[in-house]
Amino acid sequence: MNNVKDEYILSMENITKIYGNGFMANKNVNLRVKKGEIHALIGENGAGKSTLMKVLFGQEQPEEGKIIYKGKEVKITNPLVALDHGIGMVHQHFMLAPSLTVAENMVLGIEPKNKGFFDYAEAVRLTSEVSKKYNLPIDPNAKVKDLPVGYKQRVEILKILLRGVDVLILDEPTAVLTPQETDELFVQLRELRKQGYTIIFISHKLKEVKSLCDNLTVLRNGRVTGIASVADLSEQDISRLMVGRDVSLTIEKDSPKTKKTVLKVRNLTYKNSDNKALVSNVSFSIREGEILGIAGVEGNGQREISALITGLEEKQSGDIYLFDEEISSQSIRKLREKGVSHISEDRMTFGTVADASVEENLISDRFYKKEFNKNGLLDAKKIADLSNKLIKEYLVKCDSKNAEIKTLSGGNIQKVVAAREFSANPKLIIANQPTRGIDVGASEFIRKKLISLRDKGSAVLLISADLTEVITVSDSLLVMNEGKIVAYFDDTNDLTEETVGEYMLGIKHQTAEEIGGCCYE
Amino acid sequence: MDAIFSSIFSAEFVFSVLRVSTPLIFVSLAALVVRNGGVMCIAFEGMMLFSALGAVIGSAFAQNQIVGVLLGLIMGMAIAAIFAYFVLVLNSNGVLTGLALNILGSGGTVFMLYLISGDKGSSTALKSLMIPNINIPIIKNIPILGEIISGHNVLTYVALLTVVFVYLLINKTPLGLRIRSVGENPHAAESVGIKVVKTKFIALMIGGFIASLGGIYMSMGYLPFFTRDMMAGRGFMGIAAQNLGQGLTFPTFIAALLFGSAEALSNIMQSLRLPSELMQMVPYIFTLVGLMLVGGDKNKKASKKEAKNE
Repeated sequence: MNNVKDEYILSMENITKIYGNGFMANKNVNLRVKKGEIHALIGENGAGKSTLMKVLFGQEQPEEGKIIYKGKEVKITNPLVALDHGIGMVHQHFMLAPSLTVAENMVLGIEPKNKGFFDYAEAVRLTSEVSKKYNLPIDPNAKVKDLPVGYKQRVEILKILLRGVDVLILDEPTAVLTPQETDELFVQLRELRKQGYTIIFISHKLKEVKSLCDNLTVLRNGRVTGIASVADLSEQDISRLMVGRDVSLTIEKDSPKTKKTVLKVRNLTYKNSDNKALVSNVSFSIREGEILGIAGVEGNGQREISALITGLEEKQSGDIYLFDEEISSQSIRKLREKGVSHISEDRMTFGTVADASVEENLISDRFYKKEFNKNGLLDAKKIADLSNKLIKEYLVKCDSKNAEIKTLSGGNIQKVVAAREFSANPKLIIANQPTRGIDVGASEFIRKKLISLRDKGSAVLLISADLTEVITVSDSLLVMNEGKIVAYFDDTNDLTEETVGEYMLGIKHQTAEEIGGCCYE
Repeated sequence: MDAIFSSIFSAEFVFSVLRVSTPLIFVSLAALVVRNGGVMCIAFEGMMLFSALGAVIGSAFAQNQIVGVLLGLIMGMAIAAIFAYFVLVLNSNGVLTGLALNILGSGGTVFMLYLISGDKGSSTALKSLMIPNINIPIIKNIPILGEIISGHNVLTYVALLTVVFVYLLINKTPLGLRIRSVGENPHAAESVGIKVVKTKFIALMIGGFIASLGGIYMSMGYLPFFTRDMMAGRGFMGIAAQNLGQGLTFPTFIAALLFGSAEALSNIMQSLRLPSELMQMVPYIFTLVGLMLVGGDKNKKASKKEAKNE
């Protein structure tokens, strides 16, 4: 029995984490990691991977469960305790000071001293030493802000190696990397494994897990759905463990009656400041009376597509036509006047003003129009009539129309956004994660509204990471992976989550002709 | 015109630049330390007023300059500590807190002055002491150079030494590295065990100490007494100078000298019977132009970077 336990350098037993708002992020989760392996922790967005790692790194305290490290139970109350034990984490957002040099960042908090002064030469020496030892070359004197992303990540890895860790947690390390940088990272990680380091690799990219990792733990909705050796599972097997749902969703709708084309997107490409293509060569069309869904793991270009169409982000290359008119140079107000509505995935930043009232948020897209003004002042009566009508129609639960938005629940805030966007007589609705993080009732309400607007002739682009939702609500479906469209289904009726999952996770890829079916004039 | 030029190209003018720049050097260095720690502090005006008054009261009652300097430091740093408590512990808005403390400085010093001396305008009724000027042996005998460098107030030399001190502190000590890291990415600093609030507090207290020296100089060196609102915006010009210097020590020192020259120039022009109100604007116009140049430069760099990414 003892031998079996010794095999694991780290085991997390029955971890349960409930957040203050009652959301159960981890339920009886077990994670057992062997010394010297690369262990994959995989699952969709919101499956509870990050929460589990925050518990391990001391950023969150679990309600139940214990952590056994190197044969002893440990209490990890904050990240420094974790580091002291030898557990280090490379965050998705780098913990580096950009204007300091690599060497300065490396020794921050453990600065070498010489007669009371900071010994920079020694910092450079330490950096070179670690960099040579692990064969991860870096220029100690370069400023971090001048480094490409892959090198910034290398500094982070070196930083925790310098502090003498045994276990490295990498939180979706490839999300920010180009394919070449990813290959390079994998070479480095295999080298570290050879030297006896243990690595926990968080990801939802199956190819990477297959090529790099030894064992894996799959999380879904906060629970473990699979523990296995990577070699024993095919990508399809893993995908099924990741995407199956506990609740099924049925929604009644007639078949779509499509008319003329509303939106045409052609060859849209968007690169971030590190020159990584977040959207590459995306083309599609949407007609009146149709809901086109975009399925995909978050962060595969969906956010950028919705920001480009709605004018929040400046277009770099490609064309966006609304009723055959190129719109990407127009102001957001012009776009809205032409009938573009937008439900942003971030309702607190782009959807609403937290400190303003329900009423003010309801009219924020139209307060300037003639119908709401009288003698140069806002027409309070008309505005009140409209607000009360919308609050009733959209079942917004609030004290009154004057309640501040931030006092409402997430679902009711989203209903306020939906009420404003859907009542603007939209010709095109861009709905980005419209039901994320809100209760079942509000989700169903918004889905039904989208379908009734489509029946009245609006074109809808529904972007969602929720596979069940995007398959049942949409009439036709695009699947995105790594900024590209990898599949198009013109009919979602017989589509299963497993099929979409395989495309979404990069296992399968349709031909260009098949995908081209989504472009028409 | 000739009169102006002959006044500018003289040893006395350069001497007066150093004299006038001294408080600006102090406060710009104070602003620099605080900014490197990532705190937006505009309370220097208030700190300097209190330290200037404290110096007068201390030296007048004890008839001892050291007591004056100490009381000045205590009062100035008390304002810095209040600012730190509100902003770092209570998380209140830094600009509003700074504004409040500046107004408190303006009204509070006059109130205290009236209680002690019965005068609301200046402290001439109190027999406060001055910090002496010193002549540097040997150098004072060198023509021109001696006239410029020697014979200044002790605190002017302290200001020059502070430039070196701040440079070493920020760039060459572990504390300086921590201050910079806290200012730039508090999460990064926190993740390696640096206490963010404590580090920012230390930066603010060092800033308060340096700014207070500037205030003390105003009432024990520049003038021999305290007058109401005697800082006349120097606290803000110091912030502007460190902005112009982009948070780097020596460029900030040069910027402070530049603003000092503008002020010295306006003093000369006033003596040449140009309208004094017009001339008093000169240092502030200098400040605005300087900020414009820095801002324009930054925008250009940013757009260049974007163009490169295309």
